[in-house]
Amino acid sequence: MPVLRLENITKRFGSLVANDGVTLSLARGEVLALLGENGAGKTTLMNILFGHYVADEGTIEIDNKPLPPGSTDAAIEAGIGMVHQHFTLADNLSVLENITLGTEPLWAWRQDTRAARKKLALMAEEFGLTIDPDAEVGQLSVGERQRVEILKALYRDARVLILDEPTAVLTPQETTDLFATLKSLTAKGLAVIFISHKLNEILAISDRVVVLRRGAIVGEVLTSDADRSLLAEMMVGEKVTRPKPRALAYGAPILRLSNISVADALSGAGLRGVDLTVNAHEIIGIAGVAGNGQSALADLLSGLLQPDAGSVELLGANLETISASDMIRRRVGRIPEDRHKFGIVGEMQIWENLISEQLRSPEFSIWGSLINKSRALERAKSLIEQFDIRCEGPEAETKLLSGGNIQKLILARTLAPDPSFILANQPVRGLDEGAIAYVQTQLLEARDRGAGILLISEDLDELLSLSDRIAVMFHGTLSESFKNGSKTVAEIGLMMAGHATVETVS
Amino acid sequence: MQIVPRTHISPVRATLAPVTAVLATMLICSALIIWAGAPVLSSWLFMLKGALGSRFALTETLTRSVPLIFTGLAVAIAFRSKFYNIGAEGQLYCGALAATYFGTGLITLPPILMVPFLMLVGAIAGGAILIVPVVLKTHLKVDEVVTTLLLNFVILLLVSYLIEGPWRDPMALGWPQAASIIDEGVIPTMLSKGRLHYGFVFAVIAAVLVWALVRFTVWGFEIKAVGLNVSAAAFAGININATIVRTALISGGLAGLAGVSEVAGLKGYLTLDLSPGFGYTGIAVAMLAQLHPLAVIPAALFLSGVYVGSDAMSRAVNIPTYIADVIVGMSVLAILVSVMLSKFRITWR
Amino acid sequence: MLDLLEIVVSTGFWAATIRIVSPLIFGTLGELICERAGVLNLGIEGIMTVGAMAGWMWVYQGGDLWTGVLFAALVGALFGFLHAVFTVFLGLSQHVTGIGITLFGSSLSYFVYRMLLPSATTPPKIVPFQTYRIPFLSDIPLVGEALFSQTPLTYLALLSVPAVWYVLYRTPLGLAVRMAGENPVAVEAQGINVLAVRTGAVMAGSAMMAVGGAFITMSAFDAFFFGMINGRGWICVALVIFASWRPGKALLGAILFAGLEAFQVRAQQVAGAAIIPYQFYLMLPYILSIVAMIFMARKAKYPHALLVPFRRGERV
Repeated sequence: MPVLRLENITKRFGSLVANDGVTLSLARGEVLALLGENGAGKTTLMNILFGHYVADEGTIEIDNKPLPPGSTDAAIEAGIGMVHQHFTLADNLSVLENITLGTEPLWAWRQDTRAARKKLALMAEEFGLTIDPDAEVGQLSVGERQRVEILKALYRDARVLILDEPTAVLTPQETTDLFATLKSLTAKGLAVIFISHKLNEILAISDRVVVLRRGAIVGEVLTSDADRSLLAEMMVGEKVTRPKPRALAYGAPILRLSNISVADALSGAGLRGVDLTVNAHEIIGIAGVAGNGQSALADLLSGLLQPDAGSVELLGANLETISASDMIRRRVGRIPEDRHKFGIVGEMQIWENLISEQLRSPEFSIWGSLINKSRALERAKSLIEQFDIRCEGPEAETKLLSGGNIQKLILARTLAPDPSFILANQPVRGLDEGAIAYVQTQLLEARDRGAGILLISEDLDELLSLSDRIAVMFHGTLSESFKNGSKTVAEIGLMMAGHATVETVS
Repeated sequence: MQIVPRTHISPVRATLAPVTAVLATMLICSALIIWAGAPVLSSWLFMLKGALGSRFALTETLTRSVPLIFTGLAVAIAFRSKFYNIGAEGQLYCGALAATYFGTGLITLPPILMVPFLMLVGAIAGGAILIVPVVLKTHLKVDEVVTTLLLNFVILLLVSYLIEGPWRDPMALGWPQAASIIDEGVIPTMLSKGRLHYGFVFAVIAAVLVWALVRFTVWGFEIKAVGLNVSAAAFAGININATIVRTALISGGLAGLAGVSEVAGLKGYLTLDLSPGFGYTGIAVAMLAQLHPLAVIPAALFLSGVYVGSDAMSRAVNIPTYIADVIVGMSVLAILVSVMLSKFRITWR
Repeated sequence: MLDLLEIVVSTGFWAATIRIVSPLIFGTLGELICERAGVLNLGIEGIMTVGAMAGWMWVYQGGDLWTGVLFAALVGALFGFLHAVFTVFLGLSQHVTGIGITLFGSSLSYFVYRMLLPSATTPPKIVPFQTYRIPFLSDIPLVGEALFSQTPLTYLALLSVPAVWYVLYRTPLGLAVRMAGENPVAVEAQGINVLAVRTGAVMAGSAMMAVGGAFITMSAFDAFFFGMINGRGWICVALVIFASWRPGKALLGAILFAGLEAFQVRAQQVAGAAIIPYQFYLMLPYILSIVAMIFMARKAKYPHALLVPFRRGERV
């Protein structure tokens, strides 16, 4: 008897069909992988299961009992626990407070912290998930925070655990730990739904894979019968081709960082004694788990952060001070990690966002003070065509664009001035396959033209397929870069976890 | 209930938003009129007549709109870059203080120079007082709302001290007020009858200049960008601190001009009650104008009419004049909803 | 100089301090609750005015003092609800909504007052709360006179500090409120309605603010004046930052300010003080509020979700 059964779940948002007649079942102790591209409907489906949304059609049954829709309380009662992709934790509060929120009646006179601690200790023993209940969550590592999230679900006696892209922020080592935890949990009868688009991990941990595309299930297969290319094909619907770089000899150094140190309180780890050289015709990939200093590195090269020590040399010139406008003037192209927050001003028009970095240039301004709108519109139109930005016109509001088109806008703005150095920070995050291929092609073409590119990505596969050389970031230090292919994934994983191998093979 | 953003915001909807806000405000305030036992429709008509019904009323409405245009512009440009300047009242008085200091005999210039000179010092004074809150915000991240507001109280006490003490006009028969602005500094009236002075023209010019600044210049672009998405603006190389300081100086300067226009144009001398809250009403003006500099003019005229008309209304039907202030407060709330409705759609499931 | 020092050790000074601190405690705690839940309530000045008016009016119309306080609290909660509709439900600008509520609340209070008393030139008085000396405790030298010989509303104010602390830090409801101000998504993930929690917090905080206003008309004075709140609301907003959003520190900060005000009133009467005009004494609370904010701004640990509206189902 399945512990969970979804029957014909359909959900519409206006004219968009997010879930289309989804039917699946989950057995006790089973790990079911839910695979699909961004926008395929995985998260919507899970939100329905968890009571955040109400399905327009269809039913859900837990242990053959119907689940009342739209109520997170009922879902939790029935034993569904969810670990969101972006942790729902309050950094300023303790582990215990985060876990016990909502477990006691809201109008109770006092919290029973003693009972809570006891239960947590028991769970730690049973499942092997130890954590200090009084630690402030903001001080924990990412892996520990995820453990708190899992404990939150188990504390509420979850029988079905939903994990939404859990490994996005983990090192390969931490991922292995997570999988070990899941194995021990499923041995005790817990059922797991594992949402991911990372094919290797799905193959490693799941028993069965269900593939979603555009809201509907397009396939279901036992993991033992599947392989990477089959899953990729099912996910996208056609043979997936990602661009590959052609062999090129690298040119003169474009960027040289020497012994850079930054104390960065905001983005977690700062930088400690970082040395880095990026040459022309070269893509350097920065591998590493999020939070190890990549943000500081990106902010530095974007011009948002000053180094406390060390020097930055761009095209041979030593940079005395760092500022965003300075970087732009020196032909540094920057693709930000969070395109909505840093990449565009959503309420401005497309042409305004396209020239936002060139405002005071003689090309788009008169005497550096008045905006030459006609010239700007002209350039916008040609960029829209050149980069295939799907929009209503240069004067349309930017926030109406889809994620992929926003990224194309940012690419247009970044690549049009033919920069000598490009910083690409998670450039394909959240994009569908078509957009991913486009962005990566553009980067490779820039590389061919002579740019030096620093590629920061949480997707090791992407780094391995695009980079000429790779360096690994850990706790603010950057390893020596090595040629792509000279180290195995396992070795890189160890470096990401801080077990640095001393050998430097060029 | 879901709030869904509209994909297409028709310009008609956007311009209509203040109108619906005003109508909603009037509807709700009619409840107060009913409570006062007065006939609703006639009361509004009395207000209308009192504001526009005679030549005198019209000139009064125009006259009293001058400080509101200035403070409305001050608030509008500040709010545009998300710098919440609630201190327009204090900045107004700073402008008035500067005008009084320089304009009561210290310096004498021919009128063609004197008036612009007083306006200049008034604007500088208004902007200067904002330096403290602005620096606190850019360097120490201190929220500007409370600092600008608290400064209002400080400045008013300063004015009180000066008027009762060292600046007291000995010829004013005991009432605390400063000396009069010399004749060369007085802003001349525009018409033979009534108090309407050229400050109105200056205010309209200011509105046009601010509009041009926002629309056509790089500075205007930066102000908008910083207000809409400060992270992206910084990323694009815009100097955030410089932009905020610039905005604050312009904003304070405009509010200072309001003070100059009242002292040198309307009253002729500085008193403690020079401003019955123009700095705060300016917030309502700016909101009704949806922060658009040109729309500040009709918004200011409207609220000025409300104040002028409420005097007449209260004489006719015995409603406390505070109804004008209630309308101002209510319209701030109403415009928030109207603007939201023009940008979003509420669906019921 | 010695005269000034003498002031600080006099019982009268401390009694006045505790009396003056009462509305500040209500206001600061009220604002603290709102901000902890993630909502900046700039309507505080207006809500305190409304509370002052409502409480006084109730008694003037024949009601008794305690029901008057209750009425003021209810009216405050109503305005809090209005604020929450705008900021919590509709997610509109918390800054502008607060200013609108202040303008609306103040002007409405004055309007109602004029409606009830169209021709009064001097504000009519009510019989305010009388001092209640707590037996035994009020006989302790210095402390007794200052702390235990106050009006009931002051005792209420002082008791509300540990009460608010307990609710915020020791009950599930308080945890939910604090969570709503740090990570509302976490709250929703537990099946708790974030909008309800935030609205409740704003209503409760506004009720406290209104009681703070009522204190002024019903305990400190006995009549309603125009402009009687006089910026106390804004000072409370500064005090919340100064207190790092903690009730205990809020009490300390409020006492510091009340002490300053009590001091300056007395210092003006000390010989030689006439050199400094009274206006400069009156400026001190406002200037010091700004200084307090400067002090704490650097280290301020803002509730993470303060000023961020929460939309249901909105996931990153």
